[in-house]
Amino acid sequence: MPKVKLPRKSTNIDMTAMCDVAFLLLTFFMLATKFKPDEPVVVKTPSSISEIPLPDNDIMMITVDPKGRVFFSIDNKNMRKSLIENIDEYKKLGLSEQEKNMFAIGSSIGVPFGQLKSFLAAPPDQQKQFEQSAPGVPTDTTVNSDANELAAWIRSARNTNPKLRIVIKADESATYPEVKKVIHTLEGWKIFKFNLLTNLKAVPPGTAAYELQQGGKKES
Amino acid sequence: MAEMDTSSSGGHKKGPGVKKGKKLSTRVDLTPMVDLGFLLITFFMYTTTMAKPKTMEINMPYKDENIPPDKQSKVKESTAMTILLSKDHRVYYYEGIGSDPTNPPQLQVTYFKNKGGIRDAIINKKKKVEDMQRQGALTATDKATFLIKPDDNSTYDDLVNILDEMSINDVKVYAIVDITPVDKEFIMKTEQANGIQ
Repeated sequence: MPKVKLPRKSTNIDMTAMCDVAFLLLTFFMLATKFKPDEPVVVKTPSSISEIPLPDNDIMMITVDPKGRVFFSIDNKNMRKSLIENIDEYKKLGLSEQEKNMFAIGSSIGVPFGQLKSFLAAPPDQQKQFEQSAPGVPTDTTVNSDANELAAWIRSARNTNPKLRIVIKADESATYPEVKKVIHTLEGWKIFKFNLLTNLKAVPPGTAAYELQQGGKKES
Repeated sequence: MAEMDTSSSGGHKKGPGVKKGKKLSTRVDLTPMVDLGFLLITFFMYTTTMAKPKTMEINMPYKDENIPPDKQSKVKESTAMTILLSKDHRVYYYEGIGSDPTNPPQLQVTYFKNKGGIRDAIINKKKKVEDMQRQGALTATDKATFLIKPDDNSTYDDLVNILDEMSINDVKVYAIVDITPVDKEFIMKTEQANGIQ
């Protein structure tokens, strides 16, 4: 029987096509990526059917974590700089220029004014640990009390940037009294319109909102 | 392709004395480059946040201590429904605003459910108000009004859920109100009656 001779093929594959695809995907992901800002705490937001996207800039974010600690942040670096100068002047914290810069490049704040100076003086890696055990920004139901430091932050932030939109990002397991304090503080400053950060969930069929949505789709 | 045609296929011929340079292959091994490419893809895929977070807009009722009591908007007992949020995601609701101490409201207990939960109660209330409008008992400007009173042991999840129910059922008039001691007592009594700890 004659032996069938298999032609020996080269194991070299042309990688070019694969390389093209890889870099195409890479480019896509690089352009589509927007890095998550550093969050001191993990917050799981509840879901709602609302589809209003979070605005890109001019946001004042008030975070409430599961334990009820309140963190405060605004987005723009320049705004942060003027905010800390405003706060420094208002509360007479005696911050140095370096500490102010540290605030400007940092993320959210979750310490009382009494600890703010030592917090900002610490190097960034220690700041993270600091925030883990931080008590959060003290809040109260009345806006005028000295204990309500969140009120002072909001006041100064709105002085530096009146266009700020207020977003409350609270964990779904945060108890209502903690959220109530934040809402009451906002009400105290005559802010009655604000946003709650939520995840998107589908509209349940057969409800009024579902019909509205379907009706809207038919028209367009 | 990755290789280039380096053979001079033109008619140019070198003279006999010219030494031929050794031709090196221009084929490059692309494997490490692909490896690197996929590594970076994986990195960006993990770090990327595709879905933009959504927000829910909320308008609180305008509150000012300087408004005299007679100028404040009053809620009609017949159009109103009070929803109390309690612990373990329980929802209590009753018709009216519970302002009549001699005739305490009958509290109903329910949960957030797609069927047979608080949603049905809201839809029923809306229907009832619409019926009353048709019969002429209420004017067209009277709308079903929901008072949301979260108890201290309710969570933020409950609050968002009930606000969501409002938008799901297309409720126009609702307000978040602080819970009163009277309402707390209602909850306590109902819990005792039902043997809930």
